[in-house]
Amino acid sequence: MLAKLKNYKFWFVFTPYFWLVAFFFIPLAIILKISFSVSEWGMPPYKDILEIDNSGDFLLNITSGNYAFIFSDFFYLKSYLNSLSLAFTSTLICLIIGYPIAFYVAKSKPKIRNLLLILLIIPFWTSFLLRVYAWKVLLQGNGILNLILIKLGFIAEPLSLLYNHYAVILGVVYTYLPFMILPLYGYLVKFDLRLIDAANDLGSRKINTFFKVILPLSLPGIIAGCMLVFIPVVGEFVIPELLGGSDKLYFGKIIWDEFFVNRDWPVASALAMSGILFLIIPIVIFQISYSKYNFKNE
Amino acid sequence: MKDSFLYIENVSKSFDDVKALDDVSLAINKSELFSLLGASGCGKSTLLRIIAGFEKPDSGKIFLDGEDITDLPAYKRPLNIMFQSYALFPHLNVSNNIAFGLKEDRLDKKEIEKRTAEIINLLELDGLEKRKIDEISGGQQQRVALARCLVKKPKLLLLDEPLAALDKKLRIQTQFELVNLQYKLGITFIIVTHDQEEAMSLSDRMAVMQEGSILQVGNPVEVYEKPNNEYIAKFIGTANIINIEKLKTKNNSFQSIDLGIEIESFENKISSKCLIRPEKINITKSTMEKKINTNNSCKGIVKEVAYLGSYTKYLIQSNNYQFYVFQTNNFISENLNIKWDDIVDCSWNKEAIFLL
Repeated sequence: MLAKLKNYKFWFVFTPYFWLVAFFFIPLAIILKISFSVSEWGMPPYKDILEIDNSGDFLLNITSGNYAFIFSDFFYLKSYLNSLSLAFTSTLICLIIGYPIAFYVAKSKPKIRNLLLILLIIPFWTSFLLRVYAWKVLLQGNGILNLILIKLGFIAEPLSLLYNHYAVILGVVYTYLPFMILPLYGYLVKFDLRLIDAANDLGSRKINTFFKVILPLSLPGIIAGCMLVFIPVVGEFVIPELLGGSDKLYFGKIIWDEFFVNRDWPVASALAMSGILFLIIPIVIFQISYSKYNFKNE
Repeated sequence: MKDSFLYIENVSKSFDDVKALDDVSLAINKSELFSLLGASGCGKSTLLRIIAGFEKPDSGKIFLDGEDITDLPAYKRPLNIMFQSYALFPHLNVSNNIAFGLKEDRLDKKEIEKRTAEIINLLELDGLEKRKIDEISGGQQQRVALARCLVKKPKLLLLDEPLAALDKKLRIQTQFELVNLQYKLGITFIIVTHDQEEAMSLSDRMAVMQEGSILQVGNPVEVYEKPNNEYIAKFIGTANIINIEKLKTKNNSFQSIDLGIEIESFENKISSKCLIRPEKINITKSTMEKKINTNNSCKGIVKEVAYLGSYTKYLIQSNNYQFYVFQTNNFISENLNIKWDDIVDCSWNKEAIFLL
C-alpha cells in the first residue's frame, strides 16, 4: 500500500476521485444527515443527530418527519412538477433549435467551423448572471423589445414580457443552448457525409435519410445534450428568480426559500434529497435499458 | 451516340473556379465493364458523382438508356454506387444494410426478404446477416457494399475505387470475382480507379483522364499499345520515349537523337517522339568487340538489375540515354548472368516502335 502511495500514477488517477469525495460526496452526506434531523431555533438551525445529554447517555435525534411533511403538502410536489415541465419544455426547445445549428457547424468548412464554435463559447466569457440580467433589460416594460414594437406600430401599450414562466423558458433556453449544441456537435462532426449520399443513392429522400440514418447515428449526442440541459434545469434557481413571476413556482426556488427565508434547513435538505432521488432513479433506469438495448443490437 | 446505354454529353463542372471537368463526352455500352482511369484530381470521381446525381453539371447532359437523367435527383436514378469507403450504415446489421434500398422503395416485405436472401447467397455472406458492420472483415464489408447495390437490380453500377481498401492478395482475388459477377449479372459497371493495372485487368474498355478531360478511350490493348500521347504512354505501364527526327531520304526511317542510331518503324508518318515498351526490347550479353550498326539495335551498359522472379528489370544506358528493358525469365533465358556494368546488345522489331 505504501509503495502504491509513492507511485505518481496512483495520485494522477485518484486525485479527481479525492476531489469528488471531498467536495461532492461529503457535502451530499451532510445534506442527507440534515434532512433527517430535527429543526430548532439556533445556529445551525437543527439538532445534531447524535447528542450526549448531561447524564452521559447517547441521544439519537432522527426524524423522517421532514420527508413526511414535504410529501403531505401538495405545494412541494407541484413545484417539482413545474420544474420538470420547465426542464422538459426547454430541453425540447433546445434540441429543436440546437440540432440544426450543431449540424450546420459540424458540416461547415474547418476554418468557418472553428469561428462558429468560438461564437458559441464566447457567451461563457461573461457572467451567466449578467447575461440573464440583460434579458431583464430587454424584456421589461420600457425595455428595448417593447420600444421597438411600439415604434414599429405593432402594439400601442408595452407588453408584460417579464415575470412569467415564458420569460423563464426563454432565459433557460438561452442559457442552456450551448450545452445542447456542443455534445451534439461532438457526434455530428464525426458523422460520415457519404452515408447521406449512400442513403440518397439507395432511394432515400432527404427526410427519410434524416430519420433513418442521421438521427439514429446522432442519438448518443442527443441523449448527452438532453441530459446536460434537463438535469440542471430541474434544480435551476437563478433564472426563475430573475425572470419568473408568481404564476409558477419552481423547485430550486422553493429549496432556496426553505433554506434562507424560512431557515428550515432539515425540510430544505429533505427537498433536495428527494429531488435528487426522483431525478436519479428514472435516469439510472434509462441508462441501464439504453445500454441493454445497445448490447442487444450488437 | 445518344443511342448508347450511358451517354455523357459535353459535361463541364467547376468548383470555386477550378475546372474539374472540361467538356467531357463519353459513350458507354450496355453490359460493359468500363473503367475511368486517372491520377488523383483528374476529375474521374467528379464525373462519377455527376452520374450518380450527387453533383449537378454546370453544363451538359447525361442520358441513361435513352432517358435524360440530368435533372433527376439521386434517389430516383436507376443506378447505384459503391463507395470507396463502402459507406455502410454502422447502426444497421448486414441484412438491414442490404435491405435498406429495398425498404426505401417500399417493396413488399416478402419480396424484400427473398431478394435479400438471394443476394446474400450470391455474395457468400451467409451466416453474417445479424452481424454489425464493425464486426466483419474488410473483404466482407466490400461484399456487403456490393450486395447493397446489386440487390436493387440497378441498370448501372458505379464503383469508386472498389478494391483500394483491400490488401494486395485479396485485391487480386476480388478483381476476378468482380469480373465474374459482372459477366453473370450483365449489369453495366463503371469503375473509377487510379490503379492502371486494375483498370487493365478489369475492363472491357477504359477512359484515361487528365485535368478534367478524357485523353483516350479504348480497350486495354489499344490504350497500352497505341497510346494517344506521351502522358498516357507513361501513365500506363513503363514507357521508353525516344526523341526522333524523320529522315527525308528513307521511308519509315528516323534518326534517334538520344541513341545516335537509325530507327525503323513500320509506319510512315512525321513524328518527333516514339515509344518502345521495355518488354519489346531484347538484350543479350555482348560478345563481339566490333560495333553493330544495323537499324533498331544498339549497344548499352547495364546500370541497374532488378530480379523480380517471373521477369527481370534492367536499366540500360546507351549514348547517355537511359531506358528500361524487361526480360521474361523463361527456362531458356541466358540473361540471368547479366550483371551490373556488363555491355549488352539491345535490339527490337520495327513493329515495337510506336510513333507518338
